[in-house]
Amino acid sequence: MPKVKVSLLTGRTIDQGTGKEMGKLSKEYIESVVICEMDPEDMKFLGIRENNNVKVTTDFGSVVMKAVKSARAPHPKVAFIPYGPWASIIMNPKTHGTGMPSLKGIPAEIEPAPEERVLTLHDLLNQYYREKKS
Amino acid sequence: MTVVTGVTCPVCGTFCDDIEVVVKDNVITDVRNACAMGAAKFLNYAAHRGLKPLVRKNGELVETSLDEAVGKAAEILADATYPILYGWSSTSCEAIRVGLELAEEVGGVIDNTSTICHGPSILSIHDVGISSCTLGQLRHRADLIFYWASNPWSAHPRHVDRYTTFSEGRFQKSAWKGYLTRLSGVLSRKRLRRAVNLVLRRDIFAAPEVERRLPYSMFQKKRKMVVVDVRKTYTANVADYFIQVEPNKDYELLQAFRMLIRDEELDVGEVAGVPVEILEEVADVMVGCELGVLFFGVGLTMSEGKLRNIDAALSLTRDLNLRTKFLIMPMRGHFNVTGANVVFTWQTGYPYAIDFSHGYPRYNPGETSVVDILCRDEADAGLIVASDPVAHFPLKAAQNLVKNPLIAIDPEVTPTTLMADVVFPSAFVGIETGGTAYRMDHVPLPLKKIVEPPKTCLPDAEILQRILREVRRLRRNQN
Repeated sequence: MPKVKVSLLTGRTIDQGTGKEMGKLSKEYIESVVICEMDPEDMKFLGIRENNNVKVTTDFGSVVMKAVKSARAPHPKVAFIPYGPWASIIMNPKTHGTGMPSLKGIPAEIEPAPEERVLTLHDLLNQYYREKKS
Repeated sequence: MTVVTGVTCPVCGTFCDDIEVVVKDNVITDVRNACAMGAAKFLNYAAHRGLKPLVRKNGELVETSLDEAVGKAAEILADATYPILYGWSSTSCEAIRVGLELAEEVGGVIDNTSTICHGPSILSIHDVGISSCTLGQLRHRADLIFYWASNPWSAHPRHVDRYTTFSEGRFQKSAWKGYLTRLSGVLSRKRLRRAVNLVLRRDIFAAPEVERRLPYSMFQKKRKMVVVDVRKTYTANVADYFIQVEPNKDYELLQAFRMLIRDEELDVGEVAGVPVEILEEVADVMVGCELGVLFFGVGLTMSEGKLRNIDAALSLTRDLNLRTKFLIMPMRGHFNVTGANVVFTWQTGYPYAIDFSHGYPRYNPGETSVVDILCRDEADAGLIVASDPVAHFPLKAAQNLVKNPLIAIDPEVTPTTLMADVVFPSAFVGIETGGTAYRMDHVPLPLKKIVEPPKTCLPDAEILQRILREVRRLRRNQN
C-alpha cells in the first residue's frame, strides 16, 4: 500500500466553527471534523479519490478519516485536519515546557484504508476514553 | 415579536457588538449582522442542550436534582488533593471570579483555554513586551495589515470587515472596491485562459511557481493586506499579497524580515521557501507604511518554536517602530479568553496556569499548565467550565482527565459532558444570561440576556457559587 509522508496541520475551518455552534453531536459538526484535506497530487499518488478512507499515523497514534481534496491546494506534502476529537487522537502532547502541545507541523504518514471504517463519535469515546472511566 | 439591538456575539474573540436578534415568545427566530458562526449559535443553541443535572451511577449518567449534583461535585473537589479547574474562556468574567475563589479554596490548579491557544504569546509578552492598541485605532488609521498564521475568514469571519482592510475608517478608506476589481480581473483571466486552452489545446498561461514581483496594489497609497501562512487560505484570497511559508519555518522568516528592515543583507537565495527579493520588497512596504499592524494566530504558537516565534514577531514590531509606527495583536479565539486572562491576573497576578496547592498562587507554565499536569498524571479530579477538553486535548492528556472524577458545567452536550461524572447544564452566557466579557483588544463589553433560560439551567456563576458554598461547608465539617 503506498504511503505519503506529510506535515500535518490542525486548525479552524468555517464549517467546523459553524458545526460546533450547532452542537458537538450535530451531523454538521461531525462531518466537518472527520476529514483530512489533502493536496490532489498526494491523493493521486495514493490512488484515492474524494471521500475515500485514509489512515493518518503519527508517533502518537493513528486514526481513520475521510480524505478530501483541499480547496487551498497546491500544498504538496502538507495535510490539514480541522480541530476535533479525531484530530486530537494523533496530536503531539509534548509542550516543550511551554504548556502548549504541538498541534501544527507534526510529521505524519497517510495511507489508503479502504477496509477500515471511520469511527463514530460514540465508538471513538468508547474505544479511547470509556475504559479509562472504570 | 421584539428586536433586541446592540447584542454582543458570544462566539469568537472579535466579539461583534452590533448583532440584532429577533425574539418571539422567548424563542430566537432571526439574527441579523452575525457571521455564519454567530448565526449558527443564536439560531441553534438549544438544539443539543442538556436540561437537567446528571450524575454517573453504575457507569451511566442519570438525571438528578440540582442539590444532589452540587453535593456530589463539592464532595469530589473537597476530597481531591490536586484538582484541575479548566475552561473559563466561554463564560462571563463574573463566573471566572467565582472559579478563582473555588480554586483557592480547594488548593487546585486553575487554567484557561489560552494554555492551548495563545499561552506562548503571553509568555513571550512577559519577555519582550507588546506594542498594541484597540481595534478602533486600527479601523481608522492602519494602512498596512498583516495576518500572520491566522485565517480570520474561518476563525474570525467579521474581523476584516469590522476592524481592518474592508472597514471604512476615518482616515483610511475601505479596500473593498479594490478587492472587487482585483477579483473581477482574476475571474476574467481564468475565463480567458480556459477559452485559449480549449482552442490551442495546451496551457500557455502556466504561471511561474512563485511570483517574483509584488502586485501593483502593494505600492499604492491605500490600505493593503498581506497574509503569511502555510496554505493559501480563504483570507489569502482577499489579500493584496500572500506569502506561503514552509511549515515550522515562521521563525526564520520573521528573523529575515528583522534583518531586512535593519538594512542588513541576507546571503541566501530564499528563506522558508520565499525568495529574498520578495522579502526585500515586502520589507520596503513595511517600512514605508504610515501605521502597520501584525495580527498573529495560533499558527505561530502551535508550531515548532512556539513562544520563540512570538518573540521574533514582537521583536520585529519593536524594530519596525524605529522606522515607522507598527503594532501587533494576537487573534484571540474564544469571546472571553482575554477576559479569562484579565480576571486571572487581577485576582492572582498571573494570566493562566495558576497553582494554589501551596496556599498561594504560583505560576510556571510547563509545570503548572493543565496539559503538562495531565500528561504527568498528577491531577486527581477535574472541573471543566464551558470548554471541551476531551475533544481538543491530545489523547494522553484527555485520557488522564477522564479517568479521574470529572465535573462539567456546560450548556451544551459535548464529548466532555458525556465523559463526566457530574454534569450541570447551565444557561448560555450572552443569550440566556448576562455578564461581562473582554474583546481581543482588552475592551470590556456587556453580554446581554435575550431570552429566559429553562428553569433547571442556572448561570455558570450561580452554579459555581453553590458548589463553593458546599465545599466550604464540607471542609468546615472535616476540620
